Formats: sequence, C-alpha cells, structure tokens
Amino acid sequence: MSSSSDNLSNESILQMYRQMVRIRTFEDNANQLYLSAKMPGLTHMYSGEEAVAVGICEALTSNDKITSTHRGHGHCVAKGADFKAMFCELLGKEEGYCRGKGGSMHIADQSNGNLGANAIVGGSLGIATGAALTSKLMGKNEVAVCFFGDGATAQGLMYEVMNMAALWNLPVIYACENNGYSEYTKTEEIAAGSITARAEAFGIESFQVDGQDVLAVNELTRELVARARAGEGPFFLELMTYRYHGHHVGDINREYYRAKDEESEWKTNRDPIIRLRGYLVENAIATEAEIDAINEEIFKDAADAVEYALNAKYPDVSEVDMHVFTDVKHALA
Amino acid sequence: MRQITLSQAVNEALAEEMRRDETVFIIGEDVAEAGTPFKVLSGLVEEFGTERVIDTPIAEPGFMGMGVGAAMTGMRPVVDLMFGDFIFLVMDQLCNQAAKTHYMSGGKLNVPLVLRTNLGATRRSAAQHSQSLHALVAHIPGIKVALPSSAYEAKGLLKTAIRDDNPVVIFEDKLMYQDKAEVPEEEYYIPFGEANIKREGTDITLIGTSSMVQVCERAAELLAAEGISAEVIDPRTIVPLDEKTLIESAKKTSRVIVVDEGHQSFGTTSEIASRINEKAFYYLDAPALRMGAMDVPIPFSPALEDITVPTAEGVAENARKLVRGELIHAA
Repeated sequence: MSSSSDNLSNESILQMYRQMVRIRTFEDNANQLYLSAKMPGLTHMYSGEEAVAVGICEALTSNDKITSTHRGHGHCVAKGADFKAMFCELLGKEEGYCRGKGGSMHIADQSNGNLGANAIVGGSLGIATGAALTSKLMGKNEVAVCFFGDGATAQGLMYEVMNMAALWNLPVIYACENNGYSEYTKTEEIAAGSITARAEAFGIESFQVDGQDVLAVNELTRELVARARAGEGPFFLELMTYRYHGHHVGDINREYYRAKDEESEWKTNRDPIIRLRGYLVENAIATEAEIDAINEEIFKDAADAVEYALNAKYPDVSEVDMHVFTDVKHALA
Repeated sequence: MRQITLSQAVNEALAEEMRRDETVFIIGEDVAEAGTPFKVLSGLVEEFGTERVIDTPIAEPGFMGMGVGAAMTGMRPVVDLMFGDFIFLVMDQLCNQAAKTHYMSGGKLNVPLVLRTNLGATRRSAAQHSQSLHALVAHIPGIKVALPSSAYEAKGLLKTAIRDDNPVVIFEDKLMYQDKAEVPEEEYYIPFGEANIKREGTDITLIGTSSMVQVCERAAELLAAEGISAEVIDPRTIVPLDEKTLIESAKKTSRVIVVDEGHQSFGTTSEIASRINEKAFYYLDAPALRMGAMDVPIPFSPALEDITVPTAEGVAENARKLVRGELIHAA
C-alpha cells in the first residue's frame, strides 16, 4: 500500500474501504440477478477495479463532475449513488435513477455530479472536457474526471479533446482504467507504444499508477484535483487494474483470450479490498471484527435494495414517449 | 421597415442572446477573428471576447462533444459547423449523445445546445460542401430542426433555438447569406412548429423549406400568370412539424407538391408527402408529389449541378400537370 497516507484521517480510509466493498457487493448482486435471469439484458462488471473509482471519487466533491462508461456501476457507487435507485434502474423500474429508461449502461446521477455512463466507447471524452470548459468559463472551480478504458485510447475523439483541454488549461482529469483487455482482445494487441505518452504529446502531465492501491490512487488524485482547481490542468492518469469478470456477465468461457492463472493471480495477490483490509488491521484502524461488521451491514443493505427493486413497479407504458424533449409531454401524441 | 442580410440577421440574433444570457457562447472553427468563411460572425469576438467566441482546432467531433458536455452542465453553446456536410463527423456526439441524454436520463439531464450549420447546392463547391442533410438529423428523436427561409426567419428561429432546452440544429442556406429581407428593429421570436403561409391560394399547395420557399414563391408567380392559384407554405421547422397547417391546406387545395433541397429518397419531401397522403387522402385529387434534390452526389460542373436541385420552372411545370390531372396516375 501507499506509505504516504499519513495526512488521511482514519475515517477517510475506512470510507474508502466501505465504498470498495459497496461496489463489489453491488456487482456480486447484479451478477446474480443476471445469472438467475431476473435482470433484462446484460451488464459489465466493475469487480476488481474498485480502487480506481473509489480512490478518485473520494478526492472529489459532489459538485465535481464525472463521466462514466459501460462498465460504470463502480463510478456511480463511488460518486455517492444509492443502491435502491441503482438496482431499480438495472431492472428497468420506475424508481430507477433514469426511470428505467437508461439501464445499466446509461445510469446518470446528476445529484452527485455523475453525468452518466456511456455505451459508446470513448463517447464521453467530449462531455467531460465540455464540463471542464463550463467550470472554467463560469469560474465554478469544479473539476471533471473522465473515466474510460484502455480500449477508448483507440478512439480519435480522445486526441481531439485532449488537444483542446491542453490548449485551454481545462480542469479535467483523464482517468484511463487499463484493465489489460479491450473487450475480448489484449490491450497490447490494440495499443501501440505507451498510453501515457499519448497525453504527454499534448504537454499533458501524465502518471501511471497502481490501480489496485486505493490509497496511492487517492493521494495522487487529491494532488491533481487541487492543481486542476488552481488552473494547472489537464492531467492524465493510467491506472493499472484488472477486471475479474469477462467483458460482460455473459462472457464466461474466456480462456481463448485470458488465462485462468492470470485471473487467479490478480484476485488472490492484488485484490484492492484484501489489500486495504490488511492495511486497516495492520495499522490498528479497525479490527477484523469491526471490518466484518462493516461488510455485513453492506451485504444487508444490498440484499434489501435488491428485494425492493425486484418488487418495485415498472414505469407506466405512457412514459415511453416522455422525455424525448424537455417541453413536450408526449412526443408522439 | 429596414432590410438586412441573412448574415446580419444571424449575427444580431447571436449578439442579442449573448448580451441577455452569459451562458450563451459560440464554439467552432474560425469563428473569432475570421468570423467564419462566410463572415457571418464578424464583430462578435470584439464585443464578447475569446472566452465566449471560441476558436477551435479543426476537430468537429471534439468541439461538438465539448458543446454537449457544456450544455449538460449549465451552458447554452452555439456550436458552429462550418459546412453542413461535416455533420457526418459529429454524428455520434449529436445523435448518440445530445439527442438521447434527456431521454436516457429519465428527464434529469438537458442538452440546450444549438448546432448552427448550412445547406444548399449550386455554389460550385462539389459533393462534400454542397449537401442538404437535415433529413438525417430529423430522423433521430430528440433533436429539433429549423430551416430558415429568409433573414427574418433566420433571426427569429435562431433566438428561439438558443432559448430552447433541447438540442436544435439550424441549417442556413449558404447561398442566402447576402440576401436581404425585412427584419424589425424590435426583438421578436419565431415559435417552433408554426408554419408560415407565405401566399394564399386555392388550386394547389406548394410546401417549400429553406431556399425552396423562394423557389415555390417564384413558381406561384409563374402559375398566377396562367390563372392557377398556388398556396405557398414554409414549415420553418421540420421537427416539430406543423402538420395541422399543412394538412388543412392540402384539404383545401386538393393538390400538393413538397419541395426541399435534400435528396428526394428517404427525405424531408417523402416524410411530408406521406403524412399528407395518410391524413388528407380523401380530399386529394392526386397523390402529394415530392421534389427533392436528385439522388446523386452533388456534381461540380455547373452544367450538371444546376439540374440536381428543384427550380421554379420545374415546380411550375409539375403544378400545371397536377392541376390538369396529368400526374394523378403517374407512376
């Protein structure tokens, strides 16, 4: 673990632990909903990457903006979302964050600054950079973080917006979650050269960080957020991480592109939750029993939310043509 | 009343809205000192500065995407797309992001963005600078589409677009920037979804969009000399479409030609003609006729380009045939 977390309060560290467990628990439940055919469609699990979302979002305020990806449940939870509204959205229910219209791949939680998950790989790079432009033009002092994967580094949009962000010193942090795979293909097969060098070519300060070490991610992000607020942005982070599941929940037989030994190595020896748990006990921040109690509380919270969402009602069919436009109640009437 | 050019009308609309609302800003290629290649924006950077009239690199998806993000977080960007043909470059940001954000978020997020661009052939600009692509945008739910037909409409529709909380694409005819029309000094807005009956008539309805309104008006003049009374209607916005006015006119005259500069197949003319055929069928003496641009890429040679778009003579000729009953059973 990062050794220089001295200036973090024990409560902050415990909060990061709690948030990582909340993400893992959310995903375990979502996966079960899929496997038991209770969830429509499919979804992309964030399990394994928790330290990235939590380390970054714990360095932000609720006014700071994020944009998220198809693998977005982790960002949503980390930015402060509520389990019930999230599970309702995954199940297409009226009480979901988007009244069931977005689903897993489009959850947005404006109240916490989450501008939404995006199902176009790299599709939100412009949106995050535009949010940073708003902050600069209106003097809001807010930072925007764009989460995207290694796969999105192949999209041209990234280079267009990084160029403008650098030209105009926008308060945006590009957070590239390098989980080693671009869907079903190894990243090394789709990305030539260095990923951080791509941003450096625009004069953007870039960092590669251990994305399984939440304290390291948080420490670096806090520093960069402060600098971005001071007008020193943009910044680029390459967070080395790993997704425990396949590309999506249905991608189960995946040995043709990823070895089981490799998965086992990351899950056993590099897991961000196991690592932080060890740190908490070692530094007498919490006892094993206290940590178990935290876990139990989260498990129960998730189980209750799943139960609630399963019994919640679907939106009325009259909502199908609502929200096409802001000022037309029923677009097809 | 004073007369100003369409270019001046657009410039005035932007200046007025930017003075009124500090969240309105312009972003695009060569919008500041250059004032765009058509000089539509000349003088704005001097008044509002480079923070509100923002020159970008040549990166249409990039600045369009940033416009979407800015709109989602409280701004009212007017994104300047130098040529309508470049809309293909911004399609993901326009159609997958801007158009769907309000719906996908269950009404929580808005994208009050205006994309200003142009259409129109016969400028000898060949296939990649001459297209009229509004039908592509109108096909996607969640985007409003305005097609001003004169300086008056250009100003009134743009001011309405900037105040709208939805994404709006406004297509100006690039050949009309220097055309003058009467524009009041006092402030006005043109509501979306209200067609304008430019000329009343009883024998046939000519529905035209953008510069095709002028084509229809000239055709109506030619027809009037022959004793045929043509009604000319400008829908002004195709999303929302003032279907009621169009259908009432069709019922009254019993004959309709729809004229638009987009390609004829799967286009604006097809959509409007279908609606009239569906909803005014028993009142019609003939099926509503489509007259769009030919289904070919716009050629460079003047000899070829000029025949690809509808003309007043062509519209008048089809109108005569309809009135004589010759097109009633045409294939």
